[in-house]
Amino acid sequence: MIQFTNVSKTYPNGVQALKGVNLSIDKGEFVAILGLSGAGKSTLLRLINQLIDTTEGEVTVNGVAVNRATGKTLRNVRRQIGMIFQGFNIVKRMSVLSNVLSGRVAYNPTWRTVLGLFPEEDKQIAYRALKRVDILEKVHTRASELSGGQQQRVAIARALAQEPLVMLADEPVASLDPVTTIQVMNYLKKINREDGITTVANLHHVDLALKYATRVVGIRAGTIVYDKQMKDIDKDNFLHEMEQVYGRRIHSDEVLGDEE
Amino acid sequence: MSGPAERIVVPKPNHLRRNLIILGVTALIVGSAWFAGFDLGRILLNLRKGGRLLGRMFLRPDWAYTPRIVDPLLETVKMSVVGTFWGAILAFPTAVFAANNFIKNPWIAQPLRVILNVTRSIPAMVMASVFVAVFGIGAFSGVVALVIFTFGLISKLTFESIEAIDPGQVEALQAVGANKPNVLRYAIVPQILPQFLSYTLYGFEINVRAAAVLGYVGAGGIGQIFEQNLAWRNFDRVGLIIIISFFVVLVIDLASSAMRRKLV
Ligand SMILES: Nc1ncnc2c1ncn2[C@@H]1O[C@H](COP(=O)(O)OP(=O)(O)OP(=O)(O)O)[C@@H](O)[C@H]1O
Ligand SMILES: [Mg+2]
Repeated sequence: MIQFTNVSKTYPNGVQALKGVNLSIDKGEFVAILGLSGAGKSTLLRLINQLIDTTEGEVTVNGVAVNRATGKTLRNVRRQIGMIFQGFNIVKRMSVLSNVLSGRVAYNPTWRTVLGLFPEEDKQIAYRALKRVDILEKVHTRASELSGGQQQRVAIARALAQEPLVMLADEPVASLDPVTTIQVMNYLKKINREDGITTVANLHHVDLALKYATRVVGIRAGTIVYDKQMKDIDKDNFLHEMEQVYGRRIHSDEVLGDEE
Repeated sequence: MSGPAERIVVPKPNHLRRNLIILGVTALIVGSAWFAGFDLGRILLNLRKGGRLLGRMFLRPDWAYTPRIVDPLLETVKMSVVGTFWGAILAFPTAVFAANNFIKNPWIAQPLRVILNVTRSIPAMVMASVFVAVFGIGAFSGVVALVIFTFGLISKLTFESIEAIDPGQVEALQAVGANKPNVLRYAIVPQILPQFLSYTLYGFEINVRAAAVLGYVGAGGIGQIFEQNLAWRNFDRVGLIIIISFFVVLVIDLASSAMRRKLV
């Protein structure tokens, strides 16, 4: 589903954020990306939907070489890739419904979306998306009036409205409290499982990775230093293995523990 | 860690720079007063004469003249409404194209900014007198001047607001596959609309005041009869015009500011 072949990314200021990354993610996987701050996790994610362009190598999504896609092709790839962010990035001055409908813009002619005239079908898609994250009752609320956890659910609904094949999550729970964190992660997991949406999530907590992912990828200074399927991971030894990723041992008192 | 605390020595502050600035500013003020021929004695001498004139204007204004100034006053307000309206309509797309986070091409943004700076640096009065020469005496010339002035003002304020929006919301829209018009409609407009409306009202406030004096160069409105009465030395009518204009401008200003506070 997602394929990185010898991918490098150098930012205009000269920082080399990724170096020769090879990574292949299959349909339906839930991949947790772990790594220190600045390791290149966000860079990796943003290359998948080309919010930033690739310096070297090739990135393909569902067979399309996104690093070479422009215009209409890029639009068609992007609309199949949902993305949620640490800061939610929903538009606070619009209603919840408008936010979720904006996930449909790339499926409609521009003139329609600019006038806000979405077909009834799209509205139904939006309602269903809101219902799946249990926030349908807020459909006409202004987004600024929601709590952080609710805003993140609206963001998930917007991504769901895209009817995506891939879901990217860049530290989706980093600004949420532990209880809301579990809630949001559960929704992501549910969607991953029920719809078979390939999910790639940057996480800062190794135990969230253990609990939700089917595969853990560790990045250190722009290279992949760890890559294991969950079934091959020895949970008792996992914290020890994370030393390659974080540069030092993670102690058991540094993890979140069970929040449920 | 223990033992007597070490004495901390920091270098003395250097006041030279500050003192030089104070000296420079004082020199500038005194110098410019001298250059402008500011003479306190002359002002005091003229104060008596001025006082007599003010008395003729405001002690017994010609209230009977009021009905005659209603129409010009309305014309002034209409001029500002029309000027602000068209100025704002033209300003919106211009601001979008001048914002460097929406259009990344400097060949579009930079020339637009130069034009905006020029339109704002020419006083409305000067523009109006040019248009009176081109289109003739009357409100139309005033309106054109106001449109151009408002356009420059609102465009500038709005493009600065666009450049200050939350880039995360724009990025999220790009991630769903949005094109430029989509991003504009769903990420930029919702963020800047309240500010844009507020700038438009602000432009209106400025235009009401500007329109009141535009007539002085023949560009219509209340200023035109003000100028006539001043020429005929009808100081009681001049006083009346000033009083009534003052209150109309004040009321419009207060109402508009109150609306602006609600917006943002
Ligand atoms: N837009 C940018 N311009 C220049 N350098 C950047 C840019 N974005 C990221 N970098 C640099 O690239 C490197 C990788 O950044 P990236 O954002 O991918 O890290 P990350 O693993 O997501 O970190 P965090 O956990 O803090 O989010 C860092 O050194 C960072 O400073
Ligand atoms: Mg990051």
